[in-house]
Amino acid sequence: MTIKGKAFIAGAYEHPTRKAPDKSVMQLHAEAARGALEDAGLTKDDVDGYFCAGDAPGMGVFSVADYMNLRLRHVDSTDTGGSSYLAHVAHAAEAIAAGKCNVALITLAGRPRSEGMATGTAARQGNPGQPEVGFEYPYGLTVANGYAMAAMRHMHEFGTTSEQLAWVKVAASHHAQHNPNAMLRDVVTVEQVLASPMVTTPLHRLDCCVISDGGGALVVTREEIARGLKRPLVRVIGAGESPKFSGGGFMDLTYTGARFSGAAAFAEAGVKPADIQYASIYDSFTITVVIQIEDLGFCEKGRGGAFVADGNLISGVGRLPFNTDGGGLCNNHPANRGGMTKVIEAVRQLRGEAHPKVQVPGCTLALAHGTGGLIATRHGSATLIMERI
Amino acid sequence: MAERRYPEPVVTPETGEFWQAAKEDRLLIKRCRACGKFHWYPRAVCPHCMSGETEWVEAEGDGTIYSFSVMERAEVPYAIAYVELAEGVRMMTNIVDCPFAGIRIGQAVRVRFAPTEGGGKLPVFVPA
Ligand SMILES: [Zn+2]
Repeated sequence: MTIKGKAFIAGAYEHPTRKAPDKSVMQLHAEAARGALEDAGLTKDDVDGYFCAGDAPGMGVFSVADYMNLRLRHVDSTDTGGSSYLAHVAHAAEAIAAGKCNVALITLAGRPRSEGMATGTAARQGNPGQPEVGFEYPYGLTVANGYAMAAMRHMHEFGTTSEQLAWVKVAASHHAQHNPNAMLRDVVTVEQVLASPMVTTPLHRLDCCVISDGGGALVVTREEIARGLKRPLVRVIGAGESPKFSGGGFMDLTYTGARFSGAAAFAEAGVKPADIQYASIYDSFTITVVIQIEDLGFCEKGRGGAFVADGNLISGVGRLPFNTDGGGLCNNHPANRGGMTKVIEAVRQLRGEAHPKVQVPGCTLALAHGTGGLIATRHGSATLIMERI
Repeated sequence: MAERRYPEPVVTPETGEFWQAAKEDRLLIKRCRACGKFHWYPRAVCPHCMSGETEWVEAEGDGTIYSFSVMERAEVPYAIAYVELAEGVRMMTNIVDCPFAGIRIGQAVRVRFAPTEGGGKLPVFVPA
């Protein structure tokens, strides 16, 4: 069975808040859901499938679905970290294709900023049942230095430079200046990225994404329903998932599961990387983008640094317009999970509803890719390819 | 500069022997009797072939740095690393007792044991 053409993204909504000290996480889930349903022109009572990840309060889908008083016949709480929401779209398409639901609602919400969470720089022990905990936590493993070690190895093997990494942030900032909701709207230069304080070598503060409260939601439905709505038609034509692990001690930090999830999505969609007009690429850190662009096949392994340099990711300037909302680096990284906003901006591009300054003219084919967890050693990887018809 | 303090590692039924040996300044790694391969982190079930016949072997304690990062945004900056042991497996660790600016990928390192807050010891590495 293929999901090609079986499901449409009919509703997409990014919560406008970036700091929500006075709202609960549940409220943010419900507000995001309401926004996506209104965007689609559907109501809560049309929803018969619900998806969220394991971070939602109350064991997966239970408390959120109860809070919103949904009546469901299909649920899925797959958690692959920040990539979960791309997997949810693919799983929703599978469920729709199999007749398990007609209208799938996917939500994400969280408040790491209000809760004062040092998302990237604090070592967290996690569940003591995790078998790796005793062999990682005492050494001060954080999100940031885990990704930094991948960056160091990439520099060592391929000659990637800090200047090249900085170009990823520069491109994101060029886009964010046009997004009134973005957390960081100032355009920055390569020099400013390199002059920002070092967090963990070689990653500077401006190589790291923002920490934001908020959330987002998506509505996925079957063709007959999508065609009855008043929104442009955005169809899912390819999807791939490939988590990657540490190889029993023989891990390779230079590539991610995107090598496999991307290949699967391109094969299902029947298109090539060169055909893609717009790409949402997970940008927890600048290095994340470089490695994923290689793994997805936009350039050869090791050439990602050169590929992203000199504005090649800037809409209207470069060959691969990316993260035209400003991405996680400048706009939003709600709940420390950037996969949701990756899909939302790709939908905006395909509808022609991105900001006019960053809209890709005639955008009919877009890719969204997410990673989640610890890059290259224990991480989720999910790729979606969508088209406007 | 303040001294970096190591938290006591979580000890499980699978790893008790490892942490006991660490207290005696010995680095144990696991090898599978069925397929002959080493693995890291230590498991009762081999991640290469799923055999339950895994055994503890004392590592030579030599390795090279596969990758590292100096965490500067911390109360006491520290160098986290993956070290590739002579036996082939790559393990997470800290590089200690050296100027961080001199740390390089490919550098030869040697295991040493640092005391943890709860009276145990943790394998860390120093330049060889
Ligand atoms: Zn084995």
